[in-house]
Amino acid sequence: MRLEYSSSIKIIRVPCTGKVDVLHFLRALEKGADGAYAVGCMEGDCHFNSGNLRARKRVEQAQKLLETIGIGGERVQMYNLSSAEAPTFVKYAEEMYAKIKELGPNPLKLAKEKAA
Amino acid sequence: MIVADKKPIEEIIEYVKDKKSILVAGCNECVTVCEAGGKKEVGILASALRMYFKNKGEDVRIDEVTLERQCDHEYLQEIAGTVREYDGILSIACGVGIQFMAEEYPNMPVYPGVNTCFMGATEERGLWVERCQGCGECVLAFTGAVCPVTRCAKRVLNGPCGGSTEGKCEISKDVDCAWQLIVDRLKALGRLEDYEKLFPIKNWSTDRAGGPRKVVREDVQS
Repeated sequence: MRLEYSSSIKIIRVPCTGKVDVLHFLRALEKGADGAYAVGCMEGDCHFNSGNLRARKRVEQAQKLLETIGIGGERVQMYNLSSAEAPTFVKYAEEMYAKIKELGPNPLKLAKEKAA
Repeated sequence: MIVADKKPIEEIIEYVKDKKSILVAGCNECVTVCEAGGKKEVGILASALRMYFKNKGEDVRIDEVTLERQCDHEYLQEIAGTVREYDGILSIACGVGIQFMAEEYPNMPVYPGVNTCFMGATEERGLWVERCQGCGECVLAFTGAVCPVTRCAKRVLNGPCGGSTEGKCEISKDVDCAWQLIVDRLKALGRLEDYEKLFPIKNWSTDRAGGPRKVVREDVQS
């Protein structure tokens, strides 16, 4: 299919979204990412039963924490699709890209520039 | 184990907002099991604090350490070489560990990052339940190993009281009546005659009523 999406999105592969933790999202943003999102299997279709459901809860936890510390919870999202849905993957990638574009850069980068 | 729960990040920020260097200290024991103060939680809290201060344009050093135990001076000694570099320690061990940390480093401000809740166990992932109140005079031998001191809201020793309905306590439909559990267990063990025995008045001086407690064992003292 060779579909295209924004080159600023970097993929980190994990065995299951159940492996993804709050810490991964926080570290990504701390290190300068403008946003981070998990793409898991459809809910109810997890090979390990509840990996994607756990991931969603962790995304929600990270969102809450990031909102409280002033970074913005919306920078972290969770999407679900089946592995056969390449066009949907691209759709979500573009959706996330647009969302981050709208939110602007990671406030930590701006704070750093201000301090300099 | 000792069960603790994370404090809200807002409350923690309030404690440390004026500091310039903070050590976030976790503990590898009970608080790791109850997912409140282990290495992962240290990482999350430290990362969140770093971002908070950076976003405010403040240059605050936040370092991480997770000790084997904080309720043991021997392990607290591991940070003796570097502890002076910090303005404060944010300990996410249980209340015991936090206090031992403060006793080990008397000139160092130590703040709690968790609320220490009770002695309990993991019933299922994400659900921790209280099982012991450390009353100092265990009655489990007579109650089929179900603790009425902990599990009965009234700590009734000759129960149940009138608030027991269909095996549940009157304080909540989610709380089992401890005495229903005791009777069920004694029945299963074929020891219902134990239920007929009346408990004498319990000596509560070994509980918190007698003030802070100590266990002294001369045979193991050095």
